[in-house]
Amino acid sequence: MRRSQRILPVYTGDVSGACSALFELGGMVVIHDPSGCNSTYNTHDETRWYDHDSLIFISGLVERDAILGNDEKFLDDVVDAARELHPRFVALCNSPIPFITGTDFRALCKLVERRTGIPCFYVSTNGMHDYTVGAGGAFAAIAERFVQEGRRRKGTLNILGATPLDFSERDAPVALRAFAEDAGFSVTSCWAMGSTLEELTRASEAAVNLVVSSVGIPAAQVLRKRFGTPYVVGRPCGAFSAALADELHAAAIADACAWPCRDLRAPVASDARYVVGEPVDAGSFAVACELAGEPSVRVVCATESAYDLLAPQDVHADGEEDVEVALADAKVAYADALYAPVLPAGARLIARPHLAFSGRMAQAAV
Amino acid sequence: MLKRLGPSVVTAGEATSTKLFESRLEFNPPAHGVWNIVHVGMLVPEAHQIYVCAVNCMRGVVLTAAEMGMADRFSCVILKETDIVRGEVEQVTLEGILDVLRKLELRDALPPCVIVFPVCTHHFLGVSMGRVYRGLRRAYPRVDFVEAFMDPIMKRRLSPDVRLRKAMYDPLERQPVDDGLVALLGSDFSLDADCDLRTVLAMGGYRLEDVQGCADYGAFKRLGAAATIVAAYPNAAYGAQKTAKRLGRRFLYLPSSFSYAEIAGEHAELREALGLPRLDEEFEVSRCEDALEAALAEVGDAPIAIDASVHPRPLGLARLLLEHGFRVREIYLDGVTDEEAAALEWLRANAPDVELSSIVLPELRVAPRERAEDVLAIGQKAAWFCGTNRFVNIVEGAGLWGYAGIRTIARLMREAWVTPKDTRDLIPRKGLGCASCF
Repeated sequence: MRRSQRILPVYTGDVSGACSALFELGGMVVIHDPSGCNSTYNTHDETRWYDHDSLIFISGLVERDAILGNDEKFLDDVVDAARELHPRFVALCNSPIPFITGTDFRALCKLVERRTGIPCFYVSTNGMHDYTVGAGGAFAAIAERFVQEGRRRKGTLNILGATPLDFSERDAPVALRAFAEDAGFSVTSCWAMGSTLEELTRASEAAVNLVVSSVGIPAAQVLRKRFGTPYVVGRPCGAFSAALADELHAAAIADACAWPCRDLRAPVASDARYVVGEPVDAGSFAVACELAGEPSVRVVCATESAYDLLAPQDVHADGEEDVEVALADAKVAYADALYAPVLPAGARLIARPHLAFSGRMAQAAV
Repeated sequence: MLKRLGPSVVTAGEATSTKLFESRLEFNPPAHGVWNIVHVGMLVPEAHQIYVCAVNCMRGVVLTAAEMGMADRFSCVILKETDIVRGEVEQVTLEGILDVLRKLELRDALPPCVIVFPVCTHHFLGVSMGRVYRGLRRAYPRVDFVEAFMDPIMKRRLSPDVRLRKAMYDPLERQPVDDGLVALLGSDFSLDADCDLRTVLAMGGYRLEDVQGCADYGAFKRLGAAATIVAAYPNAAYGAQKTAKRLGRRFLYLPSSFSYAEIAGEHAELREALGLPRLDEEFEVSRCEDALEAALAEVGDAPIAIDASVHPRPLGLARLLLEHGFRVREIYLDGVTDEEAAALEWLRANAPDVELSSIVLPELRVAPRERAEDVLAIGQKAAWFCGTNRFVNIVEGAGLWGYAGIRTIARLMREAWVTPKDTRDLIPRKGLGCASCF
């Protein structure tokens, strides 16, 4: 049964994904939830919680208010906190019970905004999706709401989709910027590690967007629609990095989008070698292997938002059973170490720690 | 009309009731030593936990088990939107759990006990967990199914933690009584080897056993033979009392305390119930006084901060310390239990300037975490709020009990003051005292 997982953990949830995306932007995120969402997020999924005072809260929803539809308590608490703490924006997130009771978050956002004068938006979550949905939605909301019209500047780019959930290495933001600069671009903004909200508001000035995880795709699509900015999907990785740099230049000149983490893949993969995880990372890794002359690998996309990222030989797995089936003939699997129990006997796991899967255990491994 | 923003800090003198703060938005400090329901459930030897919930709710519990290195004793059933929309949550719950059990059976790993955790969603959708458990017991009659819950929205009822501390002992069955056995139920920690409860029971020829000392599920079930059941932790009292009543056993609630008078009363209760010999309590108190004096000689007039995660009686601890010349300045807690009402009254009258601060309210997220002087913190959260590396690193009362408990806390304070710790490294670790990969 695809709903049951005997031994594998689950990926970071959508609510935590939204929080992770917005963490550094000076806003206030409120999860309408009784308990647990904040603790889960800051314990397992947020490497910055101890050192940075980001305003991320839960509402402490109780049974009576949920049943009687008492949204006023939630509204008052959000407004009070916003007036006290002066965030740059307020983002509201849903969780399973308000989802069931049909709480109208868009209306609540309008009320918060009217009462505080602070921009307020809804990130469509309900606790039942993985982080790619929540973080993707949060970035899309920023792209819709905050990015202002600007004059495009040659040789500039935005990095879209960078959160510690996919980039938990301590130097990841620096490394991403270094890649862009080595490729001949200056970075307008990095969504959203190491950039301010002001930098993100100027994202329309960039000549091209580099989408480094599936989390960045919704924002890339919004920016394409609003400002015509082309985007290139791929994560700098080994031998793929040079090709990715070429794709960025080509996209900027031709004003066309490109998906090199998918399109540069060999048409047929070798048997029995797999990379498991988030599709931009996994696809980029697969291309890097092939360009380096190593045997090709198949991608097992284990996160929810696959978009059009998969090559024909790849698999989109929904849960433990799908992953087990996909890896049934695996001899080598590049995956987070917590995948070990579902590998067939004799298969070799080469660890690729992923914070969105094994949480801070991945960070420790990194 | 906006309601007035309530305070997040009050002085003891301003605390007019045990409800200190209005409920508002909340955050969690990055101090995770307190146990959660996964840690507690893992105490039952050989038990397998199965949670049935959405991924965002699942994430914290499944990674708790993974960090404990106990992923093989934890499984999950994921609820999705379609299950809710189609009204299939009950069916998915039953079939999902049965599927997990079939997979475990195929690996010859069918556990003797399964602790099932449905969630808030099951309440709100009117899922009949009775039907689910009937289906499970029909399919696996030899497995003990423990009916737990992870439903924090149900604030009017007992907390999931309190109910788990009852449910996990439901498998204990009526059996021949062992008059020499006393079972301590519901505590996270075994009581310290030198605590006076162990001492006086041994003096009276009794054995004190608990779940922490059970090597296997069979040993756990034999706790049901105890003629006397004791609870020493407030969240354990409800379950231990229910279990004692169900099994027809004597029940004693003997909470860990920092009051000489209360401890003396507990010793008297033990003597009366079990016919125990009298401890030389004057001598015990004089040893406590010596220990507190030695701690004061080290700590001096350094400001002290206490938080509620360290022990169920933070105000009682504050009173003890203030009465012995320590300079308690801050106490972090979000409410005062009935057991602490008298200690709050004492603070109001005798130490009205002591600050009582919320742990969770939003302003605390951005409150300054530096102090003008070095602070001795008693508890992880107090250490974080005060930005200190001199702190007592225990949670939930650890194994403290009786006069020995007072001596232990005095020793821990002295050691914490003399030897700073790496706060940044230690307090984010989950479930202090549990197995952990960190």
